[in-house]
Amino acid sequence: MIWLGIDTANAPLSVAVVKDEVVVAELTQNNKVTHSIGAMPTIEEALIRAKLSVKEIDAIAVSAGPGSYTGVRIGVTIAKTLAWSLQKPIIPVSSLQALTYNVPYFNGVICAMIDARRQHVYSGAYQGEQVIIEDGHYAVIDLLPKLRDLHVPILFVGRDVTMYWDIIEEIVGPHALRAPFTMDLPRASEVIRLAMAQPTEAAVHDVTPIYKRIAEAEANWLKEQKANGK
Amino acid sequence: MENQLILAIETSCDETAAAVIKNGNEIISNVVASQIESHKRFGGVVPEIASRHHVEQITIVIEEALLQAKITPSDLTAVAVTEGPGLVGALLIGINAAKAFAFANSLPLIGVHHIAGHIYANELMQPMVFPLLALVVSGGHTELVIMKEHGSFEVIGETRDDAAGEAYDKVARVLGLPYPGGPHIDRLAHEATTAVDFPRIWLEEDSYDFSFSGLKSAVINYKHNVDQRGGEISAEEVAKGFQDSVVEVITGKAIRAAREYDVKQVVAAGGVSANKGLRTALTAAFDKEGIPFYVPPLALCTDNAAMIGAAASKMYDSGVRGNLAMNGTPGMVLTNWCE
Ligand SMILES: Nc1ncnc2c1ncn2[C@@H]1O[C@H](COP(=O)(O)OP(=O)(O)O)[C@@H](O)[C@H]1O
Ligand SMILES: [Mg+2]
Repeated sequence: MIWLGIDTANAPLSVAVVKDEVVVAELTQNNKVTHSIGAMPTIEEALIRAKLSVKEIDAIAVSAGPGSYTGVRIGVTIAKTLAWSLQKPIIPVSSLQALTYNVPYFNGVICAMIDARRQHVYSGAYQGEQVIIEDGHYAVIDLLPKLRDLHVPILFVGRDVTMYWDIIEEIVGPHALRAPFTMDLPRASEVIRLAMAQPTEAAVHDVTPIYKRIAEAEANWLKEQKANGK
Repeated sequence: MENQLILAIETSCDETAAAVIKNGNEIISNVVASQIESHKRFGGVVPEIASRHHVEQITIVIEEALLQAKITPSDLTAVAVTEGPGLVGALLIGINAAKAFAFANSLPLIGVHHIAGHIYANELMQPMVFPLLALVVSGGHTELVIMKEHGSFEVIGETRDDAAGEAYDKVARVLGLPYPGGPHIDRLAHEATTAVDFPRIWLEEDSYDFSFSGLKSAVINYKHNVDQRGGEISAEEVAKGFQDSVVEVITGKAIRAAREYDVKQVVAAGGVSANKGLRTALTAAFDKEGIPFYVPPLALCTDNAAMIGAAASKMYDSGVRGNLAMNGTPGMVLTNWCE
């Protein structure tokens, strides 16, 4: 069984090829890659390094968000088109849960964070397979007290944790633990491992990014409708 | 010779489209999923919402194009996609789908300029004859282009502010008409017998450039003045006044360009070439001039993938190839692909 995994949900790019539960190739990059330029050549490169042809892929796992709107759209578009072209299953997974997969054997709660600007984050908290805080778009100031009130050690993972670390320590206190920097990047092999744990194969045409937010124009429009008493 | 079959994809704005084109001039299938309904309530295209729709539709539309063409990917010669100009987030969906499809099926990839596509919509109707004058009038473009041969483009004039379609849509908004306003103004203009007198903006005497923002302001001022006096404007007469001005200037410049460059054929392209007033005026003027003038049927005037396939076919023959690092180019310039 050969898996191709793709994560372009945020600034980093990760592509992996896993064959029979062996990571054959994994390319992860965390400088200013433009996914639209870099994703497809990296997929080609990963397959070359794995000495496999694209036709040999049996299933595709993709990090479907939340994250950068454009980023998740590129990953999902590529994964969908490949899966449909190859007539192979596609399994979309949470970009946040995939990050928590970077940290096995931790018994407390793992909170994954991706910056969403203006003091907001995409975040979700998991304990093993159990969802503690659902993936969503949160104000940092609303999210952190919820984590504090769990009164258990919480491990924060993700490259954007660093920018919020001061306020995390301030609100969550000594229960706040910081994952080592080597675990901060999304890894497409973990996206695959998470997909393998999910029995649900999605109908390829129905796969869409997980945005966790409606578009700004739509939000404004809804506000206006409300204001006009509709 | 074996048939050349190109799958073309277009997602530069608010239509998700795919088509299969045979030998550069025959439409085997042409699928367009329009988003107009979903943007209407915002009074214009919202880029983020357009991009969201494209991801939802893209594989469905490509599949439909292949199904209708009754072919499989292995029958294809190449995959073509609009590389720019357009909304960057929207372009990226078509481009990444095209790259993934090309990679999965080991097919060559061709990136096409959207305006080249609009012009090549004409090749789907009758062979282009050079030197040729193309009048591109759409929501984002107003250009006069001289072509000496396939793949050679010289832009001799373009708008200095609003595109023709943009001016139509803005004036329509002033008149309280729904989006997109172009067709509504066209309809109203035909219901009027008299027209409000608006200026003709010719710019410098020898210029082929256009300017529509002054005309748009004249319409706004006119409405403002009538409102101030407590009067009521006739939307029909304003529409006719505006349209008459646009049509007269575009037709005048096109005729002058056709004479100066001694062209053998004139073609119109883009959404605004659907305009009845413009089609009638151009047809009559070039008839008198004795120069063949063509405008594609409506479905090929607005955004579609068939036109992208038509342009890509000639690019393929010239050896143009893209690669997996192709990116969306929102401000792409129209450059020659012939030597
Ligand atoms: N009958 C018409 N008269 C004038 N404008 C029209 C007519 N039909 C469509 N349009 C205009 O054409 C534009 C859309 O054309 P299109 O080629 O899709 O533009 P673009 O691709 O540059 O956005 C819109 O501005 C619309 O108002
Ligand atoms: Mg167009």
